[in-house]
Amino acid sequence: MAKETITVHLKVWRQNGPNDQGRFETYKAEDVNVHMSFLEMLDVVNEDLVRAGDDPIAFDSDCREGICGTCGFVINGQAHGPEPSTTVCQLHMRSFKDGETITIEPWRARPFPVIKDLVVDRDAFDRIISAGGYVSVGTGPHQDANAAKVGKPLADRAFDAAACIGCGACVAACPNAAASLFTGAKITHLSLLPQGKPERSRRTRRMVHQMEKEGFGNCSNIGECEAVCPKDISIDNIAKMKREYLRAIFTDS
Amino acid sequence: MIPLKRALSSPVGRKFVMSLSGIALVLFVIVHLLGNLTLFFPGEDGENFNDYAAFFADLGPVLYIIELGLLVVIVVHMAWGISTWLKNRNARPENYGTGQQSKGGPSNLSLLSKNMIFTGGTLGIFLIVHLWHFRVRKEMGSVKEEYGTYETAGGREVADLYAMVEGSFSSPGWVIFYVASMFFLGFHLRHGFWSALQSLGAMKPEWSKGIYAIGLVVAVILAVGFMGIPIWMFIEAN
Repeated sequence: MAKETITVHLKVWRQNGPNDQGRFETYKAEDVNVHMSFLEMLDVVNEDLVRAGDDPIAFDSDCREGICGTCGFVINGQAHGPEPSTTVCQLHMRSFKDGETITIEPWRARPFPVIKDLVVDRDAFDRIISAGGYVSVGTGPHQDANAAKVGKPLADRAFDAAACIGCGACVAACPNAAASLFTGAKITHLSLLPQGKPERSRRTRRMVHQMEKEGFGNCSNIGECEAVCPKDISIDNIAKMKREYLRAIFTDS
Repeated sequence: MIPLKRALSSPVGRKFVMSLSGIALVLFVIVHLLGNLTLFFPGEDGENFNDYAAFFADLGPVLYIIELGLLVVIVVHMAWGISTWLKNRNARPENYGTGQQSKGGPSNLSLLSKNMIFTGGTLGIFLIVHLWHFRVRKEMGSVKEEYGTYETAGGREVADLYAMVEGSFSSPGWVIFYVASMFFLGFHLRHGFWSALQSLGAMKPEWSKGIYAIGLVVAVILAVGFMGIPIWMFIEAN
């Protein structure tokens, strides 16, 4: 049977604020239960740091169920760590070896400035959504749930795109720090559904241009974003965004 | 509606430009290789190759228009490529301490896909040398002096281009230069062919793997095809 506890050496990025230089600091996490999540392991490390009067390692987390998109950082050069289709809160210490050195860094992209340590500011994503990632509806009586009929295959495709939790791993893993997978998923999701059709071109134009304004890079179809995506969003959504943009060049609706 | 000027500098539109110019260049390179196959069957005094070259020379001003168009496509591909690369670099001011490790799966992350600017830039340098070597020198008349003339079917006296190619590829230096450069053509197309179609949105998930595989076939055929010429001629000459 495999060992129930391991010892790992952590090399953690510490940075006091957006303007601080930042540096790696090393910590030793001893007797780590292999069934702990990665974040629980950091919680324990932080308890020791606080007890010793040191500044705990700052990181984002919320639901810790892999569905909210709040957590995430880069572990050994991989966004959300080594396991596929998972967020860092659902990554467990059994994925690591006894005695291993683990390097932990924040998402690195100019549009995601570091707030502190592993916490980055992802407002850029919110501004892309604000630019057009919604359906404008007049208020009025609630419509029957099935009044607008959507075929099953189409509903499935829209749902696959809607699964994006906006964690930002795609940007972190992209060699160009592009936000195409995120933006592509949002555009695809809404453009496939009847409710999203009226604003289709306007939405695509505004979201793509906002993405550029935020300073994200340009997609060069490397596909590492899909590999790290906790929700397995396919780069087919990026191809769809290209088609939507081409359409938006020529049409207003 | 999006104004065309705005569209062409946007993250999506700029890749349309890269894709279309890239596809045009691939088509050109295919035609170029097919024409160059005459070097494997030169006939007497390289007549097959010289007649093929003379066909283009006889186009007169039309040839210059074609060449100018080609040059524009190349310059556009390079300009958009360099500007995109600079923007991408700017998007990540600080790289990861451990470097990026691919998670595998559907990812195409590799030295080739990450370094299109390097393989493309190498091809740009190759192109300058190649154009000077086989095109500009002919225009300046120095080929005629060095390698003599060839009489076309129409009775015109032109520079003996076959003799020039044969002469160049009898020297190991030029053979190594051309063979090495063609590795970069293969590297560039390995990611570029598939990427061009994906950037245009001309992709379905079911096709993706197939087209990526076709990209490898295209890259290998074109690179090996062009490498074969200097190697073959070097062997023939020695």
